[in-house]
Order: sequence, then structure tokens, then C-alpha cells
Amino acid sequence: MIPAKFDYIKVSSIGEAVTLLDKHGFDSKILSGGHSLIPAMKLRLSRPELLIDISGISGMDGISEEGDKIVVGANCTHQKIASSKLVKEHLNILAQTAGCIGDVQVRNRGTLGGSLAHADPASDYPATVLACDAQIIAEGKNGSRTIAATDFFQSIFTTALADDEIITSVRFPKVANGNYQKFFQSASRFAVVGVAVVKEGDAVKVGITGVSDTPYRASAVESAYDGGSSAAAKAVHGVEVMSDHFADAEYRSHLAKVYVKRALEA
Amino acid sequence: METFIGKPVKRREDARFLKGAGRYTDDIKLPKMTQAAFVRSPYAHAKILDVNIEDAQRGDGVVAVFTAQDGCGTFGVPCGWQVDFKNGETMREPQHPLLAKEKIKHVGEAVAIVIAETLEQARDAAELVKVDYEGLPAVTDPGKAMEPGAPLVHDQWSDNAAFDWCIGNDRTEVEAALASAHHVTEMEYRNQRLAPNAIEPRSYIADYDVNAGKWTLYTSTQNPHLIRLLLCAFVLGIPEHKVRVVSYDVGGGFGSKIYHYTEEALLTWASKEVGRPIKWTSDRSEAFLTDAHGRDHVVKSRMGFDKEGKIVAHLTDEYCAMGAYLSTFAPAVPTYLHGTLFQGVYTTPLIHLNVIAPFTHTVAVDAYRGAGRPEATYLLERMISKAAKEMDMDPAEIRFRNFIPPFDGVEQAGYQTQVALQYDSGNYEAVLKRGLEMLGYEDFRKSQIAARKNGKLLGVGISTYIEGCGIAPSAVVGSLGARAGLYEVGAVRVQPTGKVSVFTGSHSHGQGHETVFAQFVADKLGIAMDDVEIEHGDTDQVAFGMGTYGSRSLSVGGSAIIKSVEKILEKGAKIAAHKLEAAEEDLEYAEGKWTVKGTDKSISFGDVSLTAYVPHDYPEGLEPGLDFSSFYDPTNFTYPFGAHIAVVEVDSDTGRVVLKRFVACDDVGNVMNPMIVDGQIQGGVVQGIGQALLEEVIYDESGQMTSGSYMDYAMPRADDVPMIETDRTVTPCPHNPLGVKGAGEAGAIGSTPAVVNAVVDALSHLGVTDIQMPLSPQRVWKAMNNGR
Ligand SMILES: Cc1cc2nc3c(=O)[nH]c(=O)nc-3n(C[C@H](O)[C@H](O)[C@H](O)COP(=O)(O)OP(=O)(O)OC[C@H]3O[C@@H](n4cnc5c(N)ncnc54)[C@H](O)[C@@H]3O)c2cc1C
Repeated sequence: MIPAKFDYIKVSSIGEAVTLLDKHGFDSKILSGGHSLIPAMKLRLSRPELLIDISGISGMDGISEEGDKIVVGANCTHQKIASSKLVKEHLNILAQTAGCIGDVQVRNRGTLGGSLAHADPASDYPATVLACDAQIIAEGKNGSRTIAATDFFQSIFTTALADDEIITSVRFPKVANGNYQKFFQSASRFAVVGVAVVKEGDAVKVGITGVSDTPYRASAVESAYDGGSSAAAKAVHGVEVMSDHFADAEYRSHLAKVYVKRALEA
Repeated sequence: METFIGKPVKRREDARFLKGAGRYTDDIKLPKMTQAAFVRSPYAHAKILDVNIEDAQRGDGVVAVFTAQDGCGTFGVPCGWQVDFKNGETMREPQHPLLAKEKIKHVGEAVAIVIAETLEQARDAAELVKVDYEGLPAVTDPGKAMEPGAPLVHDQWSDNAAFDWCIGNDRTEVEAALASAHHVTEMEYRNQRLAPNAIEPRSYIADYDVNAGKWTLYTSTQNPHLIRLLLCAFVLGIPEHKVRVVSYDVGGGFGSKIYHYTEEALLTWASKEVGRPIKWTSDRSEAFLTDAHGRDHVVKSRMGFDKEGKIVAHLTDEYCAMGAYLSTFAPAVPTYLHGTLFQGVYTTPLIHLNVIAPFTHTVAVDAYRGAGRPEATYLLERMISKAAKEMDMDPAEIRFRNFIPPFDGVEQAGYQTQVALQYDSGNYEAVLKRGLEMLGYEDFRKSQIAARKNGKLLGVGISTYIEGCGIAPSAVVGSLGARAGLYEVGAVRVQPTGKVSVFTGSHSHGQGHETVFAQFVADKLGIAMDDVEIEHGDTDQVAFGMGTYGSRSLSVGGSAIIKSVEKILEKGAKIAAHKLEAAEEDLEYAEGKWTVKGTDKSISFGDVSLTAYVPHDYPEGLEPGLDFSSFYDPTNFTYPFGAHIAVVEVDSDTGRVVLKRFVACDDVGNVMNPMIVDGQIQGGVVQGIGQALLEEVIYDESGQMTSGSYMDYAMPRADDVPMIETDRTVTPCPHNPLGVKGAGEAGAIGSTPAVVNAVVDALSHLGVTDIQMPLSPQRVWKAMNNGR
């Protein structure tokens, strides 16, 4: 478990990071909490030649209230999010999601931006980011842009980020009524199924992670929603369900329905 | 005067462990030390067409690269136990080469070793070794390995069997009893393969001193002397007196560090070649692929009962995987450590076990916490609970009807089983009664009915186990194929000031010997615990030793120390009598001094010690000094037993099992330190729960391990288990001086079937009769739904 050789630069501004990313392209990688990247490097599955450490950039780890939005810096750790008063008050679903990631050590290092950029199909945040209709703010050599959550996740470990872009923050609408429910995999404790539900009046938004190789909005559930939980039966409608040793497609589909039901009833 | 036996004395060793100040092998840094990395096969079965090391040799910092083409290519590590075929054919024992030469036989097998200045350089250069493989089909399931046409692990034999074996009564007699039994319970399942997962990975440093012509091997082993013997006499052919094996602190073994591994021998050989110390520490991925695994039995069993629920006959056939090569104790595990426990705690009159032990394209299987006894207990305890359900009996009641009646091994003789062993002492009814009481069994059954009405799936599972430990009488194991004796060595050296150094051949890797051994030595000598120091793990300090496994340290190693303590006191009495001008018979020894009976004339242990080393006024003809070493060879195994009871709740939507309670009432004989015994039981129970609910090594069809990391191999965590409630009954061992039986493995032996029985109980009304371990949510959910 020794990574291949790499260079390391700790940058102090977003601009600096973007310039380096642009210059080194595929050979370089952003390093944030390191809790997905470093394990992959130790197994030599990932071999960047240059690590661009963004953890020292000031202003990227704040949590602020901007009108009806909560803006969370990409470098915020899971722990900071889980324990933030502001998040708990206006966006408790996110605090709940962050609080069930890994263990304390992982939560103290791993970041929101890192998790989203990594796009592990079993990671927790995507469900919540989707259900909240959050916006991912990314900055690249052509400046800053906003990516809707529903456009962000493209496939397994693949996002809408361009090679030279980094996530700087995520903008969430405040959520009064939402919750996240997770069925964890016994070994890794990642999500076999993670369901985020946000209720707004008669409508519901449902984000699901772990089930398909790309996290998704369960639109079939949303349109069948009648205030109860029977719509949960449509949790995997139109979705190609993943299969592995811990949960084959049949069982995973069943779990998705159970967890959508639980989230709708919570 | 303060005494220590039976008290929960805090563990001395914990101060350094908790401060991160343990002396583990990987902590040692020798001058000029190099680092090794291995090139390992990604194939389970392949021809090696070519190994090209030229680029690697030119790598930065590379000191040497060796393959099987070098001098080490002729060596192989031996097996320590021989079990021949039933028809008399000798056990098939393939050479286990230090580096693979022509063929690969399991994923992770080493092809080359790269030695470099730094670990990073060694790893980088290892990637430069180019190996050309021709992949071949593999077989990893022990049952499938015996099917006609299965890929052969070793071409020189016509099939994959390493040996076959049976024990117990005549098979036809057992078959006949089953045919006429009132009820027959049947089960087919796999006792799945487990990875031991000691927290400290294996780590070795070999250091050849050119000037002295001596080797030192620092190794994370459970038995340094045995490693030295195997390494010198059976692998490298180097003089044993020129080799020192050191094993200071070891971070857990659970069996996996008993064995002599190829890497130990290869590093020792290579350190002379390069003339420098070489370190290698396994990483977690390598540990999954190369540490000996446990279990992996494919089982088919039938048990016959009469109308009253008494067992009349038991017949089992098993395929027990050996892996690609025979590890040090491997053949003993599914045979003499397994079949000999098929009597359990029951009066079963007819028993037959037949074992076929195939090679598979996997890493070796060897003893893992419990070694054969967890597999035996799982079988018996699942079968009897299943039978109770089928015969509509209470699982506690059916056990009471079958128990061997109490016997203390003193007034009443030991119990002769149908499967070779004679139990020392036991009271199985008492331990189950106490377990049921701890749980509140009657009340639980009532609440279970109520819970079911509310749609809750609650279940209770019982397991009443026995195990054989304190291995073992040397002559007995010798007649059963062991290539070693299984005595232990204990030396007591009294320093002139009366301070005591104890040297033991037992090895502590988490068990707390430094505390427990000091407790009883202090008590027997009537001195303070602080005046006793326990030394272990260095072949230059301790005369010899057979190491720690099979819960043998206290019953065998402790007894050897007691023998030396007795010799000290005997000689001390001679000196005391001389100084007190009294006859030896008139002296009594208590509280650290010899007193002339009925007087206040006495001499302290310290004064006698000083006299022994300053023998001016001294008994004539008596040698100076106070220093004795003893070998203790036990007269029998010891037989701890107990009752474990689990309560579970199953989530009806997801199949996830939540353990609500776990009660462990054990009888480990006399208890030296109840806190340590509780810890051993609790740790063992959690490991057993791990097997029941979580752990499984999976090799796919091509022989790839798909569970080779903690992302995929589920270890039990603190929040997976409830507080383990422990209590004990005490039935002393009649044949060793401390009356102790051993507690290291009991937890892992008793617990697994209790948990599985509980889950099956929770789901029985849904038609569930058995679920394959580990009881993952998916498996439980599927079982519930097919049962509907
Ligand atoms: C033991 C363990 C348990 C875990 N359990 C869970 C769990 O239960 N649920 C879960 O969701 N996750 C889990 N994780 C993953 C964890 O949440 C990671 O922290 C997270 O996935 C990555 O965040 P990071 O800050 O560590 O990113 P890093 O590892 O530093 O980076 C990950 C990837 O994202 C890129 N990157 C990082 N920051 C940015 C950015 N701002 N913009 C663009 N790209 C960026 C990196 O280049 C890299 O490719 C676990 C991890 C471990 C080690």
C-alpha cells in the first residue's frame, strides 16, 4: 500500500489550482480530504503525477446563509456539515446525510466537494443533492459556472466537471421537510441504498443513490406521490439496478422500495 | 499479604500498548536495513512462461532481485502434521516452494522478491518485474475440487485429495442406526472460509551477521522456537544454534501466525546473500491473499433421534479445503482437532465422520481461533436445534435430555467418547441452567410470542459447546501424526535479591501472559507481583518452547512454570533448614517465608535467595544458585465447555439481523484473572458473531479473491454487537496443577451456532429451517421470502 511517486503542490487560491489543472491535465489531480483519492493511490489504481492540494484555499470551507439558500464550501468536511447549526436549522437533511458517512475519522477529513467530484455510485451525498435540487458551483479556466444537480452526475465516477474545473461550493435551497435514509453495506458502510426525500406542499422530490451506477431522481415516485407511501413501489422504475455480492438486483430493488417508503413516511 | 490468583488484576502490558510503545517487528529499524517487496501472481492457476527481472535490477535503490532460478529455488516449507489416507497411502505433500518456479497455484503466490534501500523503491521495482503467465482453469471449492475432471492443483497426483480420514464407529453400524431411528435431521451447508485479520500484519526482519556467522530473525509469530526449528532443520539447513528468533510484541494472531511462512525463510536466506538486514511487512491486501485462512468445510450430515429426542446416531461427510499447499498444522485441523469433538456434550452412542481434504487453488487453510472445534460445534449445535424444531421440542430441553451426566474426573472417571478422546471433567447441565437463568429464558419465550403478534421477528438460539484445548500429550499427538511434541518449557530464575525472572516458551500476542503468569508465580512464592517479570519471545533467552495456540498457554505453559516454582521452593527449603538449624520437615512455607512450625523462627524468601548466591554458610553438597527450568508434558487435553445464548431481532423488510443480547456462561476450570477471561470470551464471541453474520472470503470461479479488502470483507464492529453478558461455572481440570482449562478460543467456538440458531428461530414460523453463513441481510431476506 505504497503509492507510486508523485509531486505535490499546496495552492492558496482557486485560480492557482485551475491553472495547474489546466497545465498538467490528466497527469494531475485535485487533493481535498484524500479519503477517496489516497486509498486508490495506495492500491496504485490511481497514479497522478501531481497532486494539487486545495485544502488550504481560504474561503472554500465556509457555510453561509444567502437569502433562501445555504451555501456550503466544497472543502467543508462531513463533520463540519453534520454539526453546523446553520445546516441543522435550515437544511437538516444534509446534516443527516453527512452524519452517516463512514466514521468519525472519515468525516473529519472527507469533504463535500471531494465526495461529489469522486461520484462513487455508493456515496451518500448525491441522493440529497439531487432531492434538494442543489446547484454545484464550479470554476475553471473559463470562469465560474453553475451546474444543476440533475445534470451533474453522468455515470459511474463521472460528472459534468470539465478537466480544468474544480467544485468551489454547493448552493442548497433551504429545506423544511426532508430526510435521508440509508441501508449500509456491512463491510464498507457505504450506501447499498440511500434515499433522500424532500417534501414541498403536495409534491415530493426523491433522490436515490447506491441503486444504479448513476444516482437519480426517482421521477416515477415523484409523479405517483399521493401524500402516502404507495408510490415507493416505483422506486426503480426505468432504472438499471446494480448487482453485487452484498445485494443482487432483485434484493437491491426491494431495498430501494423499502427505503423510499421509509423516507416518505419519516 | 496480598494475593493475586482469581483477582481482576489490570494488564501490565497495556500501559505500553495504550501508549503506542509496543515493540512490534515493524517498529524495529536496524542499521543498513533494506526493504523487500514481493511480486505476486494475479492468477490462481497458471504456467510461468518467463520471469524477466532485468528492468527491476536496474531500478532506483535496488539491492537484489531473486526468483526461483536463484539458490532459494530449491527450498520449501514443510508441513508439521501427517495424516495418511484411510487405505494406507501416505499423505500427499507437495513441496511448498519459497518462490513459485514453474506453476502458480493460488492468487498471491510469490514469484520474485525485490530488495531495495527503501520500501518505495522496492515497490516500484517490483512493478518492473515482467512475468509471462499462461492462465489455467482453477478450482476453489473443496467439494468441486473432488469432482471428476476438476483442474488439478498438483499434476503429479490423479486427483486433488491430500488425504482422506475417518473417525468413530463403523459406518455401516451408524447407517443402520440412522435407518431405524425415529427421526432423522439432515443438513447440507458450507462452513465458510474466513480470513483471520490480526490487526498487526505479518512482519519479518532477517539479519545475517557476517562476522559472527549468525542470523537473527525478528518475526511476528506465535511460536518462535518452532519457527527456528523448522527454518533451520527443515528448510534452509542452517545450524540452529546460530539462529536467534525474536518475537516481541505481536498484534494478534488467531492462529494465522503459528505457521512457518515462505517469506520468513526467504528473507533469512536472502539476508546472507545481500549481507544486510531485510525487512518485509505485509500490507492488508497481501494479508488477505497470503495469511492462512480458516474453516472452509463443505458438510453433509445426518443425525438420528429416538422418540424422546435422544440422539441415537450421527453421520457426517465433509470436504475440507487444504488450499494449494499444506500449511504447518493444516491436516490436523479438520481431523484430530475436529472429528474428535463430535461427541459434543451429548451421550450419542454412534458417531462417524468421514473427511476428504482436497487441495484447492487458494491460499492454505489452517487453524483459526478454535481450529476445527468451531466447525464441529457449529454442526452439532445447529443439528440439535434443527432437530428440536422438527420434533417440536424446546431446544433447551432436547439438550438436557442428551447431556453427559456430571463427572469431576476425580471421584468419577473421565468420560470416554466414541471419537478417541477422554473428557477430563464436566458439568454440562449446570452451565446451561445458569445460562438460561442469565437470559430469563421462560420470560423471553413469552415476550417472543407477544412480539410476533406485533409483527416483530424475535428469536433465541442456544449453543452448548465443548472444546479440547491445552494441547497436548506429546505421545498421543505423535501417534496421530504430529511431527512435534506439544509440551512446554517454563524456567524460574530467582535473582540474588529475591526478584524473580520467569522465562516461558508460551508466547503472548494479546493474551496477557505478563500479568497472569506473574499473578500465580507471585502467589505460589508469596511475593509481590512487582517482584516477578515474565520473559518470552526470544529463543536466546528461553530454553525452548512450543508457543501459543489451542488455548494452551496457562494449562501447559503455566504448568511448566509451576514445576519450576516447586523446584525453587524445594531447594529453598533446604537452604532455609540449614540457616534455621531445623529439619526440612519441620518447616512450613507461607507468605514468602519459611517458618519452623510452632515457633517464630523464620527466614524470608529474599534471604534464602541471597544465601543461594552468596553460599558462605550453606548446606553441604548443595549447588549454589536458585534457577530451574522445567518441561511439562500434559497427561490429557483439557475440556472447557459452556452455554452461549443469543437473542436476535430480524428486520422483516430488509433481513438485517440485530443482536439484542448475548449471554455466555463458560466453564474454563479455575480462573486466574476473571477480567482477562471475560476479555478473551468477549473477543472470541465477537469473532464468532463475525462468522455467523458478516465474514466470508470469496474466491470466484477463476480463483480471484473478490473479498480482499475491508470494502468487501465485513468485520464485526463495536456497534454490531451488544454487551456480551458473561458468567462462569467452575469445574476444575483434574490433571494440571492450577486446575485450569483454557479460555482463548471458547468464545469463538460457542457463539456462532447460537446466533444462527437464533435467526432461524426468529424466522421458523415463516418456514425457514437453515440459512447459509454469513447471514447477510440479503441471504436472510431471501430465506424469509422463499419460505413464505
Ligand atoms: C473508511 C471510509 C469510509 C467511507 N464511508 C463513506 C460512506 O459511508 N459514504 C460516503 O459517501 N463516502 C464514504 N467514504 C468516502 C469519503 O466520504 C470521502 O471523503 C469522499 O468520497 C471524498 O472526499 P475527499 O475530500 O476525501 O476527496 P479526495 O479523496 O481528496 O478526492 C476525491 C476525488 O475528488 C477530486 N476532488 C476533490 N475535491 C475536489 C473539488 N473541490 N473539485 C473537483 N474535484 C475534487 C479528487 O481529485 C479526487 O479525484 C468513505 C471513505 C473511507 C476512507
